[in-house]
Amino acid sequence: MTEPRTTPVRVVIVDDHAMFRSGVRGELTTVGAGSVEVLAEAADVDEALAAVVAHQPDVVLLDVHLPGGGGVEVMRRLPPALRGSTSFLALSVSDAAEDVIGTIRGGARGYVTKTITGPELVSAIGRVADGDAVFSPRLAGFVLDAFAGSIDVSAVDEDLDRLTEREREVMRLIARGYAYKEVAKELFISIKTVETHMSSVLRKLQLSSRHELTRWASDRRLL
Amino acid sequence: MCDDCLDMSTAPAPPLSEVRRAYRDLHEPIIGGVAGGLARHLGLPRLWVRAFFVATSALGGLGVALYSGLWLMLPAEQQFTPQAPGLESATRGGRRPSRIRRLTDLGPVIALLALGVGAVLLFEAFVGRGGWLWPLVIGAVGVALLWRQADEAQRERWLDSTGRIDPVRVVLGDGSWAAYGRLLAGLGLIVLAVLLFSVRGGSLAIARDVTVAALLGVVGLGIVIGPWVFRLASELTSERSERVRTQERADMAAHLHDSVLQTLALIQKNPGDAASVARLARSQERDLRAWLYSGESLDESSVASALRGVAAAIEDAHAIAVDVVTVGDCPMDEALRPVVAATREAITNAAKHAGVGQVDVYAEVSGQAVDVFVRDRGPGFDPERVPADRYGVRHSIVDRMQRHGGSAEVRSNPEGTEVRLHLPRPTQEEPHD
Repeated sequence: MTEPRTTPVRVVIVDDHAMFRSGVRGELTTVGAGSVEVLAEAADVDEALAAVVAHQPDVVLLDVHLPGGGGVEVMRRLPPALRGSTSFLALSVSDAAEDVIGTIRGGARGYVTKTITGPELVSAIGRVADGDAVFSPRLAGFVLDAFAGSIDVSAVDEDLDRLTEREREVMRLIARGYAYKEVAKELFISIKTVETHMSSVLRKLQLSSRHELTRWASDRRLL
Repeated sequence: MCDDCLDMSTAPAPPLSEVRRAYRDLHEPIIGGVAGGLARHLGLPRLWVRAFFVATSALGGLGVALYSGLWLMLPAEQQFTPQAPGLESATRGGRRPSRIRRLTDLGPVIALLALGVGAVLLFEAFVGRGGWLWPLVIGAVGVALLWRQADEAQRERWLDSTGRIDPVRVVLGDGSWAAYGRLLAGLGLIVLAVLLFSVRGGSLAIARDVTVAALLGVVGLGIVIGPWVFRLASELTSERSERVRTQERADMAAHLHDSVLQTLALIQKNPGDAASVARLARSQERDLRAWLYSGESLDESSVASALRGVAAAIEDAHAIAVDVVTVGDCPMDEALRPVVAATREAITNAAKHAGVGQVDVYAEVSGQAVDVFVRDRGPGFDPERVPADRYGVRHSIVDRMQRHGGSAEVRSNPEGTEVRLHLPRPTQEEPHD
């Protein structure tokens, strides 16, 4: 856990299911009382953009599947002035690898499934607001899968196209269900270092031009 | 094919027995998606394939011939990719992102094109007679534009949810200015090419010119209309198979809705029993999610699928949540059965004794070994003090793994228990074919 914030994290919920939005809002106002403040809700890409511009939240809870081109579209059309200040946390019921990876590559700082518990969601929101990455075990699995076999591929930009052994270890532990604190303990490193590794994996995932990433995702779809 | 499990990033996972076919990549085509599709099929970087086409084009136009031949013959990526129904409906409803052209992809292509033009010019400078070359190049560009339009129109038809074939849309696709632009520019370029060609040969007998022009016209028309006819035919075939698939899907939907109804009825019957309501909801959710989004199976066709099946069965039996994350996969065989059985035992133990609602399972299948980690956050226990008559851990997990050449380790502390299973995979001989 990072240091407690002094002001609540300001959040906009974007999801096309009204029932889910009100569920999350209820959960955040009870569990996250004092640490999370829900500013607005939106049901599609245009509404989301309007809400984000109007409220300038710290974190946007973004559904991966959204009318108007998906959650990625919201991040793509975000006014450049807001790019630094607003972070996105992808929230989805679909575990389709290509959508999850696509949303992360589109700029989201993390991905959690909709079955996440209230306290976990609040802590994930806090983490994203602090600029850290949030990897669910499943996302960590996708990342390991996507970067599998990359060691012997001599690509254009090597640094971006492979995970270091340490990053791989961190990803493995996250995939095994370890919390950040437990990862740090297991590897004898500080939580800060774990967070640094996670951010660096996130950066690689977003910036890598590995064609394999997209190919892997579409191959996976053929399962 | 044991290659399949060594490198999951290049080969599609099950169905493993299916014949791999090459398709044109219509998601991010530069010209016709041929190079992209071919690179994917051959497992080579796209740039190499593109460079090959450019290089061979400069050498007497072989590359152009190859490219256009493949463009004609290779089917476009399957329009009815067996996606999970939830994803398909999200795609149709515009709730998923559409294709994005990445600039990084375009840069090398422009460089390659410039190189190709340079090579052609160089070739021309050496050989001299360039009069026939430019009409040919202009004509080729015109034809390429028209074929591209055919692709765009084709994609438009797939996305069209009405299912009708509208003759105007067959040609114009979405009817955007780009579609008209491509059509007009393509036709214009072809006419220009024919004109240039006949002007060049002006001194020859008129009769011959007319014959050549007419011949060119016919050939041009054939080339232009060819792809449409070809694709229309193949599309009709796919449409038929799609209908069959739709019917199967309707049956499946009926089955699922039925199971949801059953679950809802059961929940209404015991609304007070929180544990069983949660169990019912969980198992129903797993069912629906798997069917709608991931299309992940639970049978014994592959290791990952077998592990998911084991987890699902224990979820149902013990009313807990088991989250399975797998990396890599390979077909299930006799040698790998012990690790699945030991995993079942480990999850069951966690479900029975840990007293928590969730168990995390992580499996990694590599070329050399299968590693499985089963973790719970229960109060833990001392593996040394397990009574000898309790066979669970010692017999079913540790001994079983050791008997089959693997190993098992149980780590437990007050924050939880983790069972680590490791089983080396038998080194398979490469099939000589």
